[in-house]
Amino acid sequence: MYMPEEQDFAAKKIDWSVWKRLYQYALTHRRLFVTVIVALVFVAAFDIAYPLFTSYAIDHFVVPKTIDGLLPFALLYALMILMQGAGVITFIRNAGDLEMSIAYDIRQDAFTRLQELSFSFYDRTAVGYIMARMVSDTSRLSEMIAWSLVDVLWSLLFALGCIATMFVLSWKLALISLVVLPPLIFVSIKLQKLMLKYQREARKQNSRITGAFNEGIMGAVTTKTLVREQQNADEFGGLTGKLKRASIKSALISASFFPIIMSLGAIGTGLALTFGGAGVLSPETAFVGAVTAGTLVAFITYCTQLFDPIQQLANILAEMLGSQASAERVITLMDTNPDVVDTPETLKKYGGIMQPKPENWEPITGRVTFDHVTFQYKNGERVLSDFSLDVAAGQTIALVGETGAGKSTIVNLLCRFYEPSEGRILIDGTDYRERTQLWLQSSLGYVLQTPHLFSGTIKDNIRFGKPDATDEEVRLAARLVHAEPFILAQEKGYDTEIGESGARLSTGQKQLLSFARVVLKDPRIFVLDEATSSIDTETEQLIQNAITHILKDRTSFIVAHRLSTIRTADRILVIRGGEIRESGTHEELLAIKGYYYDLYTQQFCEDRTAASLGGQDKEDA
Amino acid sequence: MSKLIETIQSALAKQRAKRKKESRREAKPEQKKTNWRLVGEIMAGYRRYLVMASVSVILATAFAYAVPYVTSFTLDYVIQGIDSTTPAFLLPLLTRLGGREYFVQNLYVCGICLFVFTGMNCLFTYLRRQNVALASEGVAKGLRDRLYRHLEDVPYDYHKHASTGDLVQRCTSDVDTVRRFIQVQLMEIVRTVVMFTFAAAVMFTVNVKMTLISMAFLPLLTVSSFIYFRYVRRYFTASDEAEGALSTMLQENLTGMRVVRAFGQQKSEIEKFTSLNRAYRSKTLRLIRLLALYWGLSDSVGYLQIALSLCMGVIAVYHGTFTLGNVALFTTYVAMLTWPVRQLGRILADMGKAAVSLGRLDEILSAPVESEPGKKLEPDMEGDIVFDNVCFGYDRYNDVLDGVSFTAQSGQTVAILGATGSGKTSLVQLLQRLYLRTAGRLTIGGVDVNDIEHGPLRRNIGIVLQEPFLYSRTILENIRICDPCASDEDVYRAARTASVHDVIESFEQGYDTIVGERGVTLSGGQQQRVAIARTLMQKAPILIFDDSMSAVDSETDAAIRKSLLSLRRGGITFLISHRITTLREADKILVLEDGRVTQQGTHEQLIRQDGLYRRIAEIQDAVS
Repeated sequence: MYMPEEQDFAAKKIDWSVWKRLYQYALTHRRLFVTVIVALVFVAAFDIAYPLFTSYAIDHFVVPKTIDGLLPFALLYALMILMQGAGVITFIRNAGDLEMSIAYDIRQDAFTRLQELSFSFYDRTAVGYIMARMVSDTSRLSEMIAWSLVDVLWSLLFALGCIATMFVLSWKLALISLVVLPPLIFVSIKLQKLMLKYQREARKQNSRITGAFNEGIMGAVTTKTLVREQQNADEFGGLTGKLKRASIKSALISASFFPIIMSLGAIGTGLALTFGGAGVLSPETAFVGAVTAGTLVAFITYCTQLFDPIQQLANILAEMLGSQASAERVITLMDTNPDVVDTPETLKKYGGIMQPKPENWEPITGRVTFDHVTFQYKNGERVLSDFSLDVAAGQTIALVGETGAGKSTIVNLLCRFYEPSEGRILIDGTDYRERTQLWLQSSLGYVLQTPHLFSGTIKDNIRFGKPDATDEEVRLAARLVHAEPFILAQEKGYDTEIGESGARLSTGQKQLLSFARVVLKDPRIFVLDEATSSIDTETEQLIQNAITHILKDRTSFIVAHRLSTIRTADRILVIRGGEIRESGTHEELLAIKGYYYDLYTQQFCEDRTAASLGGQDKEDA
Repeated sequence: MSKLIETIQSALAKQRAKRKKESRREAKPEQKKTNWRLVGEIMAGYRRYLVMASVSVILATAFAYAVPYVTSFTLDYVIQGIDSTTPAFLLPLLTRLGGREYFVQNLYVCGICLFVFTGMNCLFTYLRRQNVALASEGVAKGLRDRLYRHLEDVPYDYHKHASTGDLVQRCTSDVDTVRRFIQVQLMEIVRTVVMFTFAAAVMFTVNVKMTLISMAFLPLLTVSSFIYFRYVRRYFTASDEAEGALSTMLQENLTGMRVVRAFGQQKSEIEKFTSLNRAYRSKTLRLIRLLALYWGLSDSVGYLQIALSLCMGVIAVYHGTFTLGNVALFTTYVAMLTWPVRQLGRILADMGKAAVSLGRLDEILSAPVESEPGKKLEPDMEGDIVFDNVCFGYDRYNDVLDGVSFTAQSGQTVAILGATGSGKTSLVQLLQRLYLRTAGRLTIGGVDVNDIEHGPLRRNIGIVLQEPFLYSRTILENIRICDPCASDEDVYRAARTASVHDVIESFEQGYDTIVGERGVTLSGGQQQRVAIARTLMQKAPILIFDDSMSAVDSETDAAIRKSLLSLRRGGITFLISHRITTLREADKILVLEDGRVTQQGTHEQLIRQDGLYRRIAEIQDAVS
């Protein structure tokens, strides 16, 4: 599915504290930072010096009509040019390096943080949102930080240098020519802000168009059946009209920006020419005193160049306003704290995710106890209340019930993706909060409703939970869940690339691989969230066999949808409203003719109807 | 200088963003030939703006080049009293004004000229950008509207096979590439050519030899920029691919977070991310180094050119063939030219992209649209529907429907039972001519559906799909989408018939709740019922429910059917369902197996026959 890009929030003011935090990242790369500054000082100095060279040439060679000393002058000039070239190369390289290093650091920090954040965070945050923060926001910010440094520094140096040089050459002429500077700065900032506003409007309209295209294409068939083509096209025309108007308005504002600034600047140049020219013509009577032809030319050059850095500085301010929202979002992400944390004592004994100490881990046999567990979300929504359950090691528990009944919560609590709000969960009689998350999770096997595979080879995926497993172990695991035949049927067998999220495999095959992954890890506690959608009969059978194999000798919790799985469970729990409503074996529950009985018969009927209809998916290509 | 920084930034950021989008697309063979017909079509009506823009470019450039001339004039004519460098045609005019003396006394005239010329340059620059904006935004709007309408008009089959993401991508970013081409690149090329011509013309009239010297490096700059920008492309690609790999890994990690945690693999995930993050950084750095080298070197070459023309100018002045004003003029002109020349290569390299985008858009626009019939008959849509040996297949080899024959009489309800893939959906879709049958005859009220226009045909057939699509707007607007003038009361009535009124009322914003992508997600059953209400508002004589109550519980299903039937008069209703309780009430039941009608009749008849219908009925009976 296509996701329309998010709109930027409009920031009215620059929040410097956010930027200060982000600039810390730049400061950690001191070498790059300093190199950029030094190179820029040189480059700006050369930029200021160029008009002086022309000026010198005019006063010393052109006006007196001599070429004495031209060769050393030319050589010096050329040398300076080459040095400036070197300066440009240096600052671009280093500023680029700085940009990439900042982006690298921010991403690295954010990714590490993401590995620690609890599921309460993932529940309320869409993956698309995180992706946008990690990919586009970090790029945008690092670019801002590195290049705004360049921009600001160069602009300031160049502007101040120009002004200083002008004052040295002729302070009176400088004062006259620079009269336009204050309005220039004022107008620049105003116009930049205005531009930003209209750009935002155009961008907003643009994302609406994207949404409309998306809807138009997804709903094309419905539009046809409802014969709404004309109305839709008319409405769309209204949207594109709005975008057109907004874009033109934005283009006109930015089109007027440069001319306005330049015209203002030209007043300064005109003043320089008038008063400077008088200084050359009649040094005695002129207001500004004696001025050489060279100085006059230099002044004119400085005046025409000066609006450049000013425009640049205004631009940075606008950019910062524009990126303010990005900056805040990234900082917020990095400042989010996980809810489920290991205590310092347990971390010390058992190690964290980066330095685990498995040698200190107590082995798990698999007894699981829910001791008066209550769970509620942060918003106060209570999912489980006073839930107690004792499961002996090796038992299989099937959880059935409607969506939202609390089955997933039980499983999530067991995996310690969440922790109980009240009560305790004991593994082998010990509260799991007295151990680390990794201790439990490294003894856990988990198969999701929609199997998730990673890109890489089939082999890589099977050994995901045990990276040091040998090829033989991988093959054994695959064989145990009957996945080997289809693996060997692939082009490169175990070394077949899976493609993004297993795009090339069928759902059933992905299931089998995720079972193999669990078998290889050989966990003490196994959690299975069964798929609701049916897969072809043959694979279905293979999956059943795989499940049966995995359930052997370990404590298993199954959020069950398939009757065959449910029937073989040691105990079936019917969960409704966060409570156990019925509990017992298949036969016991059928006998009481409650919820389970209804569920079973209905499902039985659906299964049989589907089986009788048979047929393959020819229509839904 | 600041232009330089800006360029590097935008080169990095924009190209990166664009490439990213492009690389997500499947690699398709690039169209070699630019489609000039399409270019002509989309430009129609906007040529006037482009002509005005070009005229503005010429005038703006003329004034831009006149500005340094004022300085040069002041230096030579006014200050030094040399009139050999002033164009001959100006001299009489200057003499009439009072010659040099006048200007010496009134130097401000030069200052004002300088300001006015700059102002005119600015004015025409503005006009250029205004006209270009009008043209490019107009073309973009035209393209967007055409694409949208075209995508509505292509056959159903097209959408079944096209990827939404790809189409949206084309309609947005490819249109944008074309727009940017007109707005930025096209005009930049015109401007560079005009600038070059102007500068050359003025400089040549002043001094041929000095002009040649002053432009000596420009061809080198042009050629090297072109070569460079072609060469650097692969580095952009490498950097984009590295970024793509990083995003993919990130996406997988985030969507598979449960697996990562349950397997305790955070450490190895961080290690994986680190190495990809590092690769992305180093690949991009390589690109940045190349950019730095190019901009640094070309910067130096540009300045060397200025230095050369300055020094040679000094020598020429010494020999008396050049003046102070000339030196100032030449160095300024050369400085003005080096920038656009350095950019030219990038623009030329980018032109290829616009052609590729245009080709991709043309691919959409040249897809054939649904054809209207030659005859435009208007039958009695409440009449009998006759399928006579109708065949249909998506391709030549697989028949989805293989000789289906039955008659539905006016006023009847026809129920269809069949497995997925048995052809039920195709059968009802043929009625709306979403597909064309391959053989046989299909008539409504005695008229072949192929002779009825799309509008009247589809308006008179209401269809509710199993997974209905609701537009991203309020529920109220969704229900009355076919009849925007309908009163709220009518909408409520339809919603009550579809048993969804109470559900909607229970929402915080009631009927004003926005659904779809930007709003609330309704459950499958709620969506189906809103779609039913929407179809009811269509007041079509023929109604089709394509398994459209599958997500509704059987009691509500029965209630909806009951209130529906009480409203029906005339017209034929088709019901596709697996539920015997639904099927049994129909006047006629069709059992479809592998594209053939294997059984037809009433419930009573079919229940007595040995066959699929009875088997299913028995299963469902046993349970209820």
